[in-house]
Formats: sequence, C-alpha cells, structure tokens
Amino acid sequence: MDMALPVVNATSAVLARVSAAFNAPLARAVVFGVHIDGHLVVEGLLIAVIVFQLTRKSYKPPKKPLTEKEIDELCDDWKPEPLCPPIKEGARIDTPMLESAAGPHTIVDGKEVVNFASANYLGLIGNEKIIDSCVGSLEKYGVGSCGPRGFYGTIDVHLDCEAKIAKFLGTPDSILYSYGISTIFSVIPAFCKKGDIIVADEGVHWAVQNGLHLSRSTVVYFKHNDMASLASTLEKLTRGNKRAEKIRRYIVVESIYQNSGQIAPLDEIVRLKEKYRFRVILEESHSFGVLGKSGRGLAEHYGVPIEKIDIITAGMGNALATDGGFCTGSVRVVDHQRLSSSGYVFSASLPPYLASAAISAVNYLEENPSILSNLRSNIALLHKELSDTPGLEISSHALSPIVFLKLKKSAGSPTADLDLLETIAERVLKEDSVFIVTSKKSNLDRCKLPIGIRLFVSAGHTESDISTLSKSLKRVSASVLSDYF
Amino acid sequence: MVRLPYSTALTTLFSYGLLFAFGHLRDFFRRIIDSRKPTTNLKDYAPICLGHEDFYTRRLFNRVQDCCNRPIASAPDAWIDVIERYSNDGNKTIHRTSKTSRCLNLGSYNYLGFAAADEYCTPRVIESLKKYSASTCSVRVDGGNTKLHIELEELVARFVGKPAAILLGMGYATNSTIIPALIGKGGLIISDSLNHNSIVNGARGSGAAVRVFQHNNIAHLEEVLREQIAQGQPRTHRPWNKIIVIVEGIYSMEGELCKLPEVISVCKKYKAYTYLDEAHSIGAIGKSGRGVCDLLGVDPADVDIMMGTFTKSFGSCGGYIAASKEIIHHLKQTCPAHIYATSMSPPAVQQVISAIKVILGEDGTNRGAKKLAQIRENSNFFRSELKKMGFEVLGDNDSPVMPIMLYNPAKIPSFSRECLRLNVAAVVVAFPATPLLLSRARICISASHTREDLIKGLEVLSKAGDVSGIKYFPVEQEKTTAVEKLKKIQ
Repeated sequence: MDMALPVVNATSAVLARVSAAFNAPLARAVVFGVHIDGHLVVEGLLIAVIVFQLTRKSYKPPKKPLTEKEIDELCDDWKPEPLCPPIKEGARIDTPMLESAAGPHTIVDGKEVVNFASANYLGLIGNEKIIDSCVGSLEKYGVGSCGPRGFYGTIDVHLDCEAKIAKFLGTPDSILYSYGISTIFSVIPAFCKKGDIIVADEGVHWAVQNGLHLSRSTVVYFKHNDMASLASTLEKLTRGNKRAEKIRRYIVVESIYQNSGQIAPLDEIVRLKEKYRFRVILEESHSFGVLGKSGRGLAEHYGVPIEKIDIITAGMGNALATDGGFCTGSVRVVDHQRLSSSGYVFSASLPPYLASAAISAVNYLEENPSILSNLRSNIALLHKELSDTPGLEISSHALSPIVFLKLKKSAGSPTADLDLLETIAERVLKEDSVFIVTSKKSNLDRCKLPIGIRLFVSAGHTESDISTLSKSLKRVSASVLSDYF
Repeated sequence: MVRLPYSTALTTLFSYGLLFAFGHLRDFFRRIIDSRKPTTNLKDYAPICLGHEDFYTRRLFNRVQDCCNRPIASAPDAWIDVIERYSNDGNKTIHRTSKTSRCLNLGSYNYLGFAAADEYCTPRVIESLKKYSASTCSVRVDGGNTKLHIELEELVARFVGKPAAILLGMGYATNSTIIPALIGKGGLIISDSLNHNSIVNGARGSGAAVRVFQHNNIAHLEEVLREQIAQGQPRTHRPWNKIIVIVEGIYSMEGELCKLPEVISVCKKYKAYTYLDEAHSIGAIGKSGRGVCDLLGVDPADVDIMMGTFTKSFGSCGGYIAASKEIIHHLKQTCPAHIYATSMSPPAVQQVISAIKVILGEDGTNRGAKKLAQIRENSNFFRSELKKMGFEVLGDNDSPVMPIMLYNPAKIPSFSRECLRLNVAAVVVAFPATPLLLSRARICISASHTREDLIKGLEVLSKAGDVSGIKYFPVEQEKTTAVEKLKKIQ
C-alpha cells in the first residue's frame, strides 16, 4: 500500500501535467482571433506526418529489362527441334499404284485385281453418260475455273448443279464447295461462334473435329451412336440453365460414320432435338445416293421430312463419283454461307467438268433406281459370307455400304493391331488379287474408335467378286490370326 | 504503299457513317414492323444470325450485290460471256436471264492462259479422263494413288527445285491441313499481317501461338523474333519448340512481292524455319516461271517448305508442298488431307503435268517461254499506262496483279457497273477482304491478252475512272508538257 501510493501520485501528476499541456491556452498563440489549444498543435503535427508519408514513393524492386547482349546470348543458345521427326526404319510407306480407273476391277501394280477400296457405291466410275458430259464440259470450259465464286469463278454449270441437287433433295437451295472435306470444316465455323454449345458424337471424322475446333464453341461429346448418352447430355446442358435459351445450340452427327460404319438413328435424334430445341447438322457424305428408297439419304430412309434437318452437308466423292461437296438447308442457311463460309469465299470454285459430272450422276440415279437395289443385295451377300471369318467380326450396320471388320481379340496395342491388319491386306492383295484397305489414322485425329479393315461395297460388284473376297479373306485371316482366336 | 489523302479519308468515313446510320434506321423500323407480325414456328430457338452479326451483309453488301458473284457461260479465258442478271426488288434477289454479253476478262487468275481448251493439254486431259474417269472415289493412301499422281509429284519437285513433293486436291485445304501437321502446341508461328485466310485458319487449327509482323517490314520481323526467343512461351517462359515464319510470294490484294532474300537471312540467323506460299507467283513470274525464288535469285534449298497451288497459272485445281524427303515422308504419314480426303481428280492432274511440260519446253515447242515473256511484257505495259493515266496503282514491277485504289464506297458499284456496261469484266474488292477504308479494284493480267485487248481495256478503265473520279494523281502527260513549257520559258 505504501509502495502503490507514490506510483499513483506520480502517474496522476504526469496525467495532470499532460492534460494541462493539452488544455493550456498558449499565451501568445492567437491566430485570426482563434485560440490555438495545445491539442490542435499535436493533431496538426500528426496530419503533417501522415501527409509526408503518403507523398513518399513506395519501395519497388527495380525492373531490369534484358539488354541487347543478353537477348543475343539467348538467341544463340536456343536450339529448335527439327521440323519433322526422322524416318523410322521399316515404316510402311508404299501405297499401291493404280494404272486404270478405280472401278470394281482395276489394275494395281501391273496386275488386275478386284477392287474393294474405292467408295464407288453406285458403280458410276467409267459410266459412259458421265464421261461424255465431262468431255463436253472440258472442251467448252477447260479444266479449272481460275477464280473464287465471287470473282467470275461462278460458271453456269455450278448454278445448274446447285439447283439440281436442291430439287433432288427437296430443299429450297444448295451451295457447292470445291473439295469434299472442306465442306464440313467451313460450314461449322460459319454458323457456330464462340459461346455456342455443340453436342457431337465422339466418332466423327477428322474434318468435323477440325470444324468444331475452328468454331471456338463449347463442344461436348457423347458416346458413339448411343442415344441414351445423347439424351442425358442434352438434359444436363439445358436443365436449370436459363441462359441456354439465348445461345445457339447444335447437334453434329454423321449419317454413316466412316470410322465405324454405324448409322445414326435420325428419328430419335429429331425427337430429342425438338424436345430440347437444338439444331441438327448432318454430315451425309456416305449416305447420299445410298440410303433411302430413291437414294435421297438418311431422311428418306427414316421417313423424316427434310425440313426438320437444319443443315445437311455431303461430299460428292463417294456415290456420285465426282469431287467437291455441297451443303443444303433453308434459304437463310444457304445465303449466309455465300459471304461468311471461308472455304467458299476464299477458295477457287469447283472445276466445271466435275460439276457437270455431278449433274449427270444425279440424273442417272433418278432414271435408274435399280442400282440401289443392286447395292443393297451386294451388302447383304457380303454380310452373309463374312459372318464366319476367323478372328474378325463385322461391326458396322447391316445397311451400311462401308463394311467394317475389326479384330475379335486385340493384339495388345493399336500399332500391333494395325500391323496384323496391314499384313492381312498385303497378303490378300499379293496372293488372291483382291484390293482391300485398313482404316488409317493421322496423329492429329482425336477419335478413339478401334481401327479395322474397311470394305467399300459397290453396285458394280458381281457375286463372284464377293465370293472371291470372302474366300480369300477367310483363308488369310485364318493363317495370320491363328494365335488370336 | 497506299497513300491515302486526308480529304479522301474524310469523305470515305463520312460515306460509311451515312450508310451505317441509314442501315441502323432501317433495322429499327424493321424490328418495329416485325414485332407486330405473328412469329414463325422457330420460337425458342436462338436465331441463326444475331442481328448485328450480319448487319454488314444485309445493309451494305446487298446494295451492291450485283457487282459480285457474276456468273459466266464460257471458259474463263481472255474474253468471257458474262450472264446478264436483273433484280426487281432493289438487289435483294437477283435472277438470271439467258442473255450473255461478251466482255474482256480482267478478273480471272489465268496468268499463263491455260484456262480454256489448249492445243497440247486438252487432248491429253480427255485421254486421261477416259482412262481413269473423273474421280478415284478413294483417299490417296487407300486406292486413290494413280500413276499420274506419282508422276506429277516428281515433276513438281523437279520444277520447283526441291527433292520431293506431296500433292493435295485443294489449295485452301493444303494450308489449313499442313500447318497443323508441322507444328503444334509449344511452337510459334510468325506470319505476315496480310497473309491469306487459309494460312490464318491453318495457324489457328494447329494450336501453336501466333504472332504477326508488319507487312514486308524486315526490321519488325527481326524485333518480333528476338523478343519471342528471349521471352519464350507466355507465362511459363519455357523456350519455344520451333518457330515457323510464313510469308507469301505475291500478296494478292497488294500485288507486291515479298522481300524474300532478307526474310531468309533473318530466319537463318535466328534458326527459324521458313514457309513460302507461292499461290499466285508459281508459274507466273521469274525467267523460267519458277516463281519468286527464280525472280529474286534465292536458292530453293534455303526455303524449308514451299507451297503452291495449281489454280492460277496452270489452269487446274489443287495444291502441293515441296520440301526435303524427310518432311514429305512425315507429311504423308500425318497430313489429314492426304489420309482422309478424296485424291485429286486424274484429269486435273494430267492438266498440270501438261502445263508444266509446256512451261519447261518439254513438249517440243517454245510456247512456254513465249507465254512467260508475254505476261511480263503485258503486266509492265499495263501498269505503266495506268500510272500515266493518273490512277493509284499498287504492286511491284513484273507482278501480274494490279490493284487500283477506289476508297469511297459509292465508287465501288459505279466503277464496276460502268466497266460492265462498256464490256470489261473487272473485279472490285471491299471489306472484309481489305481494310474498311481501302477498297480497290483488282486487275489480273493474262498471257492470253493481246496488245489490242490491253489497249481496249485501258480505254474502258480510263472512261470508267473518269465517271467514278478515281484518278487521284495528276495525269503524267500534262506534267511533262508543263515541264517542257517551263523549259521553253527559261
């Protein structure tokens, strides 16, 4: 107690002195008639210190840009990769060389073979009428059209061909492209922009994948040809998403997938599209001129009215035995492409003789619908004969003109599988003179479907051709795949 | 180089501003009228084109639609039959008639005159058509590889001066599928700012980073190279895998040649690869027609990859890439257009083989050398005469492409329609192929134009130029007479 008292006394004395200092009026400090109290001075000093600190520059570590000498050193040190990897030893590089037209019988490397490697579905290669119209066109117009469509490259046969195809399919208008695969990878970026949603099958071929990549939209893949997967993907994308109604939405499918030979169930897709309000882009390269009672494609095959499909594209290098591609749809769809589709605007137009070949081919198909039934019976016969091939099974649809054979048991890795299949193809060609091919993949292709042997059936094949093929295939695969049953 | 006078820039901007204002006004009224009409059955679907995306098409381009997409009814030779068209509703829809008018063709890419039926090429083309038919219906790696394709690849490699070549069926697809096969993520593409759309698409599709350097500005190219090599990839600063510099031989909208020797020396110094796109220059320039390397004296071995098309000088279709054997082998394994696209049509292949043989003189005549001399003479004569008349003409000497500047939007249709009325088919180009203010008319000279054709063309262009008011420079004859008068006075 007696220790605390002096401390208390001392602190109270200090406090009294401080408060006196605060409250003591400075005798001579009267500025403009205002008494300057002590606390004002302290506050003024505090404000001055704060302002002083604010005006100081904050400390940043100094930036040192690279000097010219340092950049020179970096440039000298930098070692780029070679432009391409070195040639691997033993890589298969020779493709068979054809010496005649690629019809059902052709001459490969000097000897006559049965040809199952050309997508000549209607057997129109070598057709007299088509060749005559091409000769007339060559004599009148020359070979090339020497300009894009906008700059005097539009020749009257192009306009006639577009009108003919539109009339054949029953759509208002169509537009011609000069190359088969450039059709789809120009159409998709013309309609799908950044921010749109595209639902695509995972088995689409490289040109479609490239178009999807160039369009910069959000792409969601669904399981190959699986309608339940498609329905659940569509449900997931639209449920609870109010904004989904303002952005454009597309479903991209192929009618006959060239990576597997499956056929897309169009009636189911149209039902889903109308339920969830999506637009459909249908790639019909392998089904135009093949499916349907009169060859008008997948819509006729399923009995779906053609107006329900928003955009149809097809390459003409298959059933029509010419080159180039077309796209068809409503008037708005076709007109929009004439200015904003890069493969149409920035590229030279289709050579006129190929356009007249297309017109003659469509005319021939309209006049002779019996070739379609020839094709169908050939496909059915091939399925029957190849159903018991040792080691290989048919994995394509029963109506598809691409008959896809894959290995029953994989050899372990894709390269080993490819090796086996290539051996089979080489031996079939060398020993029995039947020309077949495997499905080849580029390393830029993202499709994960298994590879196999692709047989392209034509209406021009005879029954003996098909039995030659099946006998040869069964024999060779029995010997090559004897370890893999 | 384009020299845009201030007064012209102001008037052009004013014209475009007026057109945009009217366009928006009409859109506004259209929206009001449409909101009263009942909706069609496409409700709940977002429209295929949102309103502002095709504003330019609907309101500006449709007014002058008749100047583009003119159909012809003959081969695209020196004289063509342009089909007459009419419109009843102010150019919204255009209809064909069956009448044609014979016009001088100053628009097609027919540099050596192989467009129409040729005495050496056409019989051979028809023979190959009868032998191989119009298409092989198969991809090149499957059953589409014919003797003709192999022959053409060897011939192209020999013509261009490289060890090997690969053939593809379309020039546009060549660029957009080869570039992704050569370079991918982690690589850098440096391309000229005026490169063609196919190169831009190929660069985007490859996944590599893209930087642009100012057109033909070598100092800027070097600056970009140094900066990019020093900085490396963005954010991680890892070094780039490889760098490819892409330039074109002749830029089709400018008519200029690229500065190839300087580009090669810069790329060699910094170890970047060069890719030369010779779409317009192969076959058209150079003493023996071998393109810009021939003209500027560059050794083809210095350019890593040479690309070209057959559409312009050879009168066919398709494209090629010529490079070393390893690169071509690699491309044959990976290029998607080689593996997935139908192989080039055999008659078109035969046309190129015959055309190259004519150019090299291997057909036994000297028609090739005559054609090359003719096109050089024609281009230089035409360009100098146009300049004398007071037009603003772009492009270098020896280049067969001549853009004439128009600038104002109203001069585009007036020049085009006046030329057509006087039987000359000219091409006019505006936005989006060129910058908005720099619209132009483009002349392409051919070896099949005779001196009389050119003189007639010059007369018509002069009259149309007077009507449209595009002679921005003083006429040279007046300048020389004024100088002579001054000399006399002195």
